Amino acid sequence: MANRYWNEYQKTIADDRYYYERSCIRQTFFPGSETAFLKIMKDELGKDIFDDFRLHTCTGIGYHTDVVPLETTMTVVARIFSLMTERGYENLVPSCITSFGVFTEMIHMWQEHPELLEQTRENLYKACKREFEMPKNVAHPSDLIFKYRFELAEKMKYRLVNRFTGKPLNVVEHIGCHYAKLFPDKGVGKAEFPYVLAGMIEAWGGHVVDYPERRHCCGFGFRQYLVQENRGYSVSNTKKKLESMEPYEPDFIVSNCPGCSMFLDRWQYTIAEMEHKTYDREGYGIPVLTYEEMAGLLLGYDPWVLGLQIHQVQCERLLDKIGIPYDPKQKYNSASGKILRAPEKPENLLV
Amino acid sequence: MIEFGFALKQTRQENMDKVSLDKYNRLLDLEPSFKRCFQCGNCSATCSARQFTDFSIRRVHTSFRRGEYDGLADELRKCMLCGKCTLVCPRGVNLRSLIISMRQILDEPEKTGRR
Repeated sequence: MANRYWNEYQKTIADDRYYYERSCIRQTFFPGSETAFLKIMKDELGKDIFDDFRLHTCTGIGYHTDVVPLETTMTVVARIFSLMTERGYENLVPSCITSFGVFTEMIHMWQEHPELLEQTRENLYKACKREFEMPKNVAHPSDLIFKYRFELAEKMKYRLVNRFTGKPLNVVEHIGCHYAKLFPDKGVGKAEFPYVLAGMIEAWGGHVVDYPERRHCCGFGFRQYLVQENRGYSVSNTKKKLESMEPYEPDFIVSNCPGCSMFLDRWQYTIAEMEHKTYDREGYGIPVLTYEEMAGLLLGYDPWVLGLQIHQVQCERLLDKIGIPYDPKQKYNSASGKILRAPEKPENLLV
Repeated sequence: MIEFGFALKQTRQENMDKVSLDKYNRLLDLEPSFKRCFQCGNCSATCSARQFTDFSIRRVHTSFRRGEYDGLADELRKCMLCGKCTLVCPRGVNLRSLIISMRQILDEPEKTGRR
């Protein structure tokens, strides 16, 4: 009986031949995550995933801040689909949660209103003489990692276990709102029982923290952040989540959304400056990882190649807990080996 | 401190685990008819003191219900005990008695230091 109901909370995820759409902001915020994902898919799982250099924005940020009209978004999305069609792929994998939400929303609107689809086809052809087919399957990269979490677990060198105590690490998982709150049936576990990240954590040995504000928004909210005077709303929402998870003493936070990973991390610095408050016992803050970084670390990838030094809350204490070796001298070296200048240290958040 | 150009907003969420409802529970003992209140606001709408001040009896007893007692004693002094609220209450709450009971509880000396 329970399985029958749980089946309603699953989604269809294609098995192979994916067309990868990179994110506008993730390559800056988490510079190693997308490369790590492609490496996992190709080298660890042997899947066919195409990384197209011709891709462009989905307009998501402009769309959700009302500066890009709907017709423009539809046409830009149609162009992305046309590039996928041209390459011969049918399964779209957008790196960004907002792109995932935008694609799902546009497809839904075209299915409900065929006249909009016809108008978009006409607009695209007039603009750039292109034609497109809609993807058969749209899955987020976190869906793919979730789908193959047990295969990956067999290849992993480390587990989410504290090597000093032998206990599972306490992990807070946070799902982007545009993953399952726009169209609940497009997310594993829907919005009520978010399982896409929880499934990874459980499969890789960790303990999922179920805290009161688990399903609350991270606070990014587009317009709440993009206008400086409104950022108080954004940081206040993040503070609410951090206060709620603090008593459970999480070892780290993992998220599948660029905005959530960014703000749950960076606002810890802002709150520390404003209120001299940090959310761990020692004053270092709670590290925030993307799911690719989490998977990459456990597979044994170099933390500095994954880009963990770019985060606000530093990860060395977490690496020590898991038992992952790292070279502090390499932390601020560029890919070519050049030694870069170390960043300034904040006053109230220890690094 | 660094000037960010924005500030943290204090949450308006009420965490009932962090407030003491001792005074509210004592009020229910003194005036059990208060349990019937469904916050329609007729008491405030008909209030004579409301015509001339910002006194709102509904706000006062809502705050009391939430365990937020700061400033309520001063607020309750604006009531002239005319009793019109009692006449219009559709749930039969004895509001004049309720107000007197609230004043009495708020004027009692603190026993344990808790609110």
